[in-house]
Amino acid sequence: MSHNVSPGSQPHETGLDRPLYTPIKRRSFFMYAGATAGATALVLAGCKDDDNADPSRIDVGSGDAGILNYAYALEQLEAAFYAQVRTSAYYTASGTPAAIKQVFDDLALHEAIHRDFLRGALTANSITPLQDLKPDFSSIDFASLNGILSAARTFEDTGVAAYNGAGRYLSNNTFLALAGKIVSVEARHAALIRDMITYNSFVSSDVVNTFSPTLPANATTAYTGAGTPSLSPGNGNPVAGAERSRKPQDVLNSVNNFLASGSKLSASSFT
Amino acid sequence: MNLFKLISDLEQADPEFLDRINPRRKAFKYLGHAGQKVTAAAVPAILASFFNRAYGQSSTLPADVQKVLTLALQLEYLEFHFYNTALGIQGLIPSSETNGITTIRNDEAGHISALRGVLGTNAPSYLVSDFDYSGGGGTTQGPMANALVPNGAGNANGALFFAAGQAFSDVGQRAYKGGAPTLNTTGTKDILEAALNIHSVEARHNSHFRTVRRAIVANSLGSATAPAVSPFDAAPKSWISLIDNGGPTAPDNSKPASAVYGAGNPAGTYPADSNTSQAGVPLVSGTYSAAAVSEAFDEPLDPNTVQTIALNFTSIAGKAKGLFQQTF
Repeated sequence: MSHNVSPGSQPHETGLDRPLYTPIKRRSFFMYAGATAGATALVLAGCKDDDNADPSRIDVGSGDAGILNYAYALEQLEAAFYAQVRTSAYYTASGTPAAIKQVFDDLALHEAIHRDFLRGALTANSITPLQDLKPDFSSIDFASLNGILSAARTFEDTGVAAYNGAGRYLSNNTFLALAGKIVSVEARHAALIRDMITYNSFVSSDVVNTFSPTLPANATTAYTGAGTPSLSPGNGNPVAGAERSRKPQDVLNSVNNFLASGSKLSASSFT
Repeated sequence: MNLFKLISDLEQADPEFLDRINPRRKAFKYLGHAGQKVTAAAVPAILASFFNRAYGQSSTLPADVQKVLTLALQLEYLEFHFYNTALGIQGLIPSSETNGITTIRNDEAGHISALRGVLGTNAPSYLVSDFDYSGGGGTTQGPMANALVPNGAGNANGALFFAAGQAFSDVGQRAYKGGAPTLNTTGTKDILEAALNIHSVEARHNSHFRTVRRAIVANSLGSATAPAVSPFDAAPKSWISLIDNGGPTAPDNSKPASAVYGAGNPAGTYPADSNTSQAGVPLVSGTYSAAAVSEAFDEPLDPNTVQTIALNFTSIAGKAKGLFQQTF
């Protein structure tokens, strides 16, 4: 939170920094802002979360290729997690209910299919796939159902928020459609895992911007959207009753907790 | 929140952004002065008003974007009124499920609010009387007529109600998925992200409906761990396995939701949920069965097929309002 912004000090400058020391673009924000706003910009720039300058991290790349590799990274991690679940002390114990094992079997298959499909799609589109990532699941308790479900919830919720936040960066609608086919399955997983942890928590406020409607008094008056909160669409700005999408670097800052040194990721081009 | 970065992004994504906010490009003078008094907490509200001015009028939306969003709004009304009506019927929804359905109803209300905010004041609105939840397309005598009748034939523990909820949320999920590429224009990226964020919530709802249906079959309401039972029409997995044997069976032994899991038009772009090839690549192998591959991907549906399905749940009054009758 205390980086100083100075030219050349950071290899990954963002658009935010440039107006402070490069020629101001015609139509730049600063043409329309007073000195107050300019000063505020300096303060905000100083607060910028700029973890992605770490050279030890693997950057997912830019453009559609970067987003595909970003998705591939997330699916690698999920697939590795459920593969480990299926060999865990909890799963292999004799008393584990068949219905629960079936859920983990399905999840393991779905994520492995996503991983393999994305790898194939990358290759088919002449994009170099990200390296095989080495997970670090040392923080996960694989011996208990609660430990497994808690981690699964993190992976699934993160996956949904990640795909939702990444869609806007895709220019190829074939890729966007494919991401849409995958993300709803991740959302199904997330909802079930959450219901298994706490029944009826499938869309709780930590993942969905829950909405309190003000309903009409009778059936002959139309409901036209009254209620709180009312939010307009934006990047990382969830509308009412909708998922809280997350930007790639924000997602990776969480995901890196489950990746070994040398496999940690950045997404510096998606701001 | 990085307000300045956001505006910079918007300007890059949409060169007309500043003009949208204020044709005379003086909007930010206001912010510059007001900034002295504005607290951080107030910034989102200010931003919201800016976005409303930028995108909140349907006249600024491309026509095809507006149509996709209008269909989405109509589907949200279909769902909202169904759940809202059910919550008002004593004895229909088991007590263990009331909180969940209330949450879903509120989410749909939020989606209506969000979509109307984007479409503007000219967006249509619909009453519960515009829908025919029997699935009879205005006859009120369709195969799902008991879905809102407590303990009606086939509806013990709300079994038909939850079956209908599964069908409605899967139609919604497939419709948003089918519409997303249309929303992917330079000037409507925020709207795309909003739609994606709604899309995944529909999928979460659907997962929950399926979980409840398993519990009803297993007589274990309130539990999320009841087993799925092949062929998954009555006790489905929380994901779509092939086409779930046509989906729920109605008391008249019909499969009123079968089209929900079928192919759209063209089938190459909008395949049935039993599809096992993605991007032209067959994915079934010795490791991955057709069922597993189909479960791993949900398929989009085209707007005309969505309307054909939804018209079964439209009343005479709704049809007279043009509900689910846009030309795509």
